[in-house]
Amino acid sequence: MEQLRTIGRELAMGSQGGWGQSKEFLDLVKSIGEARSKAEEDRIIARELEHLKRRLADPDVQRRKMKELLLRLVYAEMLGHDASFGHIHAVKMTHDESLPLKRTGYLAVALFLDERHDLVILVVNTIQKDLRSDNYLVVCAALTAACRLIGEEAIPAVLPQVVELLAHPKEAVRKKAVMALHRFYQRSPSSVSHLVSNFRKRLCDNDPGVMGATLCPLYDLILGEPNSYKDLVVSFVNILKQVAERRLPTSYDYHQMPAPFIQIKLLKILAVLGSGDKQASGHMYTVLGDIFRKGDTASNIGNAILYECICCISSIFPNPKMLEAAAETTSKFLKSDSHNLKYMGIDALGRLIKINPDIAEEHQLAVIDCLEDPDDTLKRKTFELLYKMTNSTNVEVIVDRMIEYMINITDHHYKTEIASRCVELAEQFAPSNQWFIQTMNKVFEHAGDLVNIRVAHNLMRLIAEGFGEEDEGADSQLRSSAVDSYLRIVGEPKLPSSFLQIICWVLGEYGTADGKYSASYIIGKLCDVAEAHLTDDTVKAYAISAILKIFAFEIALGRKIDLLPECQTLVDELSASHSTDLQQRAYELQALLGLDKNAVESVMPADASCEDIEVDRNLSFLNSYVQQALENGASPYIPESERSGVISIGSYRSQEQQETSAHTLRFEAYEMPKPSLPLATSQSSMSTPITNLVPVTEPGYYKEDHQTSKSQPPGDAVSGEFGVKLRLDGVQKKWGRPTYSSSTPSSSTSSKQTTNGASHSDGGGSSSQPRESSYGSKRQQGTEVSAEKQRLAASLFGSAAAKADRKAQASRKTAKDSPSTEKVATTNVTAQPVKEQVIPAAPPPDLLDLGDEPVSSNPPSADPFSQLEGLLGPASAAPVLSGTPATGTSKAPDLMSIFSDDVPTGVASGSTDPTLGDVNSSSHKGTTAVASKKGPSLQDALQKNATARQVGVTPTGNNPNLFKDLLG
Amino acid sequence: MINFVLLISRQGKVRLTKWYSPYTQKERTKVIRELSGLILTRGPKLCNFVEWRGYKVVYRRYASLYFCMCIDADDNELEVLEIIHHFVEILDRYFGSVCELDLIFNFHKAYYILDEILIAGELQESSKKNVARLIAAQAC
Repeated sequence: MEQLRTIGRELAMGSQGGWGQSKEFLDLVKSIGEARSKAEEDRIIARELEHLKRRLADPDVQRRKMKELLLRLVYAEMLGHDASFGHIHAVKMTHDESLPLKRTGYLAVALFLDERHDLVILVVNTIQKDLRSDNYLVVCAALTAACRLIGEEAIPAVLPQVVELLAHPKEAVRKKAVMALHRFYQRSPSSVSHLVSNFRKRLCDNDPGVMGATLCPLYDLILGEPNSYKDLVVSFVNILKQVAERRLPTSYDYHQMPAPFIQIKLLKILAVLGSGDKQASGHMYTVLGDIFRKGDTASNIGNAILYECICCISSIFPNPKMLEAAAETTSKFLKSDSHNLKYMGIDALGRLIKINPDIAEEHQLAVIDCLEDPDDTLKRKTFELLYKMTNSTNVEVIVDRMIEYMINITDHHYKTEIASRCVELAEQFAPSNQWFIQTMNKVFEHAGDLVNIRVAHNLMRLIAEGFGEEDEGADSQLRSSAVDSYLRIVGEPKLPSSFLQIICWVLGEYGTADGKYSASYIIGKLCDVAEAHLTDDTVKAYAISAILKIFAFEIALGRKIDLLPECQTLVDELSASHSTDLQQRAYELQALLGLDKNAVESVMPADASCEDIEVDRNLSFLNSYVQQALENGASPYIPESERSGVISIGSYRSQEQQETSAHTLRFEAYEMPKPSLPLATSQSSMSTPITNLVPVTEPGYYKEDHQTSKSQPPGDAVSGEFGVKLRLDGVQKKWGRPTYSSSTPSSSTSSKQTTNGASHSDGGGSSSQPRESSYGSKRQQGTEVSAEKQRLAASLFGSAAAKADRKAQASRKTAKDSPSTEKVATTNVTAQPVKEQVIPAAPPPDLLDLGDEPVSSNPPSADPFSQLEGLLGPASAAPVLSGTPATGTSKAPDLMSIFSDDVPTGVASGSTDPTLGDVNSSSHKGTTAVASKKGPSLQDALQKNATARQVGVTPTGNNPNLFKDLLG
Repeated sequence: MINFVLLISRQGKVRLTKWYSPYTQKERTKVIRELSGLILTRGPKLCNFVEWRGYKVVYRRYASLYFCMCIDADDNELEVLEIIHHFVEILDRYFGSVCELDLIFNFHKAYYILDEILIAGELQESSKKNVARLIAAQAC
């Protein structure tokens, strides 16, 4: 009996319109709809999953039943729950002989798995088999699944068959085969590169659908290497011409436009092919002109084509007539009331000003309007346009606005983007140092942790180097204004770490440079910073190094300063820190305090962060030292090539040293020690290039103060008598690198002291060198880019100064204007629904849904959301009854208001509504009402309604929206 | 390219999801949560697009159901808006005046139809007639 019933249900499933699922499934959906909270929904699904797990494991379950279970599994996973236990059943179902079951299997597999999943390997075989099927529907299903599931490794397994299918008699199969190949190309271009000619062939397919599909892969291919496809320009232009002349079957028409999606794809392709190619572009002008002429600005799809045309024209070789047409359309977009079109207009403008910057001038007011608009999307698009338009005259206005906007948003992704744009614009166009520093301060203050740390390093470099002008005065003015502003800001709470790093570095480097502030004042501030950020080791490291620098400068100037008590506490604390880096810095500071003036001057020369480091790779400065050692009886260095089997003393010693260091903790993989050891160490002990880890040594430095500076680990060079100390070096190799590399301030200062042509080998030195050089290369890149951009900007806005003024004026003006325009908009809103009144409204309670529309005037429905919460439920009389009187006057939601070309199709009059409102109306009455609402197919609607009632869903229920026609 | 398709009801319930780029289950939940918050709160007269994590999401409301498609930054938003409408028109033709309830109880059919319109995140067929013919042939 049960079986019979199931079969009956399954039979019903085939009929359109009815919901063929079992009662169980309907109940599940219903209960989820009624769930009052996410937690309740989760409980229901968890129960369902338990149930499904049991049922799926049951070997006796019928295949047809299995199909439904799988769909329920899909449903559960769609709602965000893990249904992985059932994935294997989906895989199994793809093996099924019957097409409906197989398709269900493929559907579920494609939804559950992706190419990275382990189970895919079990599907590949089935796909392979199904691609050879005689039934084209099976082939279609397999191809659809292949697009989703075939990853790079599996491509060769199915590729031959897919290629064969390109010549299949059924156009649906050819089309899907093209799309599958396209997908394979995206996954792994090399695996299908030899098949590219097939796409060209398919371009001439008799079926427009296949031709249209072929444009997708061709677009990608052409984007990759446009030059190989220049021969197709004429063909594409021809196709576009024919499409625009309505040569394709009318079934491809969409809202009275001939095959618009194909037109758009073709325009995209032409844009790529014509880019910078005068000859190719020449072929295109006529057809583009035609499309502009035929353009339909009243429909959305017409505008989509026009927009694509503008993109194409702005990309290909410029033609004045075309540009004029494009500018005209753009201004129509900008003047439109629709936000969508304004958005497209702003985007189009951004493209056109690259070719002719003057176009922007005409639209200043519209642009400012968009900038002031409450719609975030539009605002951001406008910022993008401004970013493209920025030059040295308008940079202040634009960047200020950007920052103002940036401060108020919470979207991290966008905040990061706009912050880095501000930085970029400021670096490029800053009109004055003062402004630059202030702008950067604002950016760092509000988004410091979001911008790339390189930006912070860049800023330090900029302050150190100045703007590259020869004028030292300007540079020092820049620095002292930076110091001023930082001293003002530094006390504020919650500054981002990267900003504090900059502050510390600049204060350390330049805090006392102009003599305005006393050393103890700056040191006090720096101590405060370190104290206030106990958990941030990087900031503490920057602070302590900055303090060290201040001390060094003071000592070098011959002034005597005492360690403030708070500073002493800090140093003590850091000397005992868990971070070796902080420890080292603290000890360095203490050591430095013990040095005399001369020593300090050479360790920490003032303002030398920009000096170049010269590396004496031959270590020629060691010669005298070596000479002396030889005279004292040391054995001479023998290059390895001349060495015999006997281990010389030197290499023996270094080996020993290496071994001692080997007793310390080692974290790298084991190496092959014996043969390579003498080589490595003896190399570094003499004149050959430096070992990989400690780049440069500077013996002059040691000669001068190796007695005093204990914290400086001696370099390899001193292998002889200082053998014991060499161990330190070994240790440093293991430990030092990572710690040192975070020590920008000390490293950049210490690297300055290279008066005699080599940097010394302290930790800072070792890391500073690569860093400096990376700065260097970056800087170079930066100037290249900025030069290019500046050239671009210069060509964009010739008369920028006047314009900027006007813009400022305009902005003031529109700020005042905008409320009034908004008012107009609201009146539109209210006016529109009245017009739409004729639309046969879905059941009356719908009206209550309009919570967000100003017209909702039905008090009883006070909380539309509570209604929406429940999907289905017992018909509740109250809202319906109270809704009834309102039906006459209130309006159906304005679903299609954006798309004015969509004429409401319903014919039923509003008079059905009152009947519906009567909850107690006979079922007959109710059905007719719904039927008439259901539009053309009365039978479908009747059936649908009957099913709905069976499950307990009625249009008068809690959520009548579910019954509302999506298409109005 | 379309990265994913989402159908969300006004109260934030998911009606259909289709992912053309790989997302883990966790990411999917997060994306849905984020986008519902972003889109369902937008007023009626604003743009039908939102910029989101470097992508653009084009959405359109039909009755109380939101159709959302996530596209790359250089795609044509207006076109995608019409792809959504194209999809809805085909659904409407298939179900005969489609309503949300049809999609809830027949989500698998909606998936089949979507598979005939989009494949691998690209529009594969722009003729309603062809799609209808194929769907009828499969009689799913």
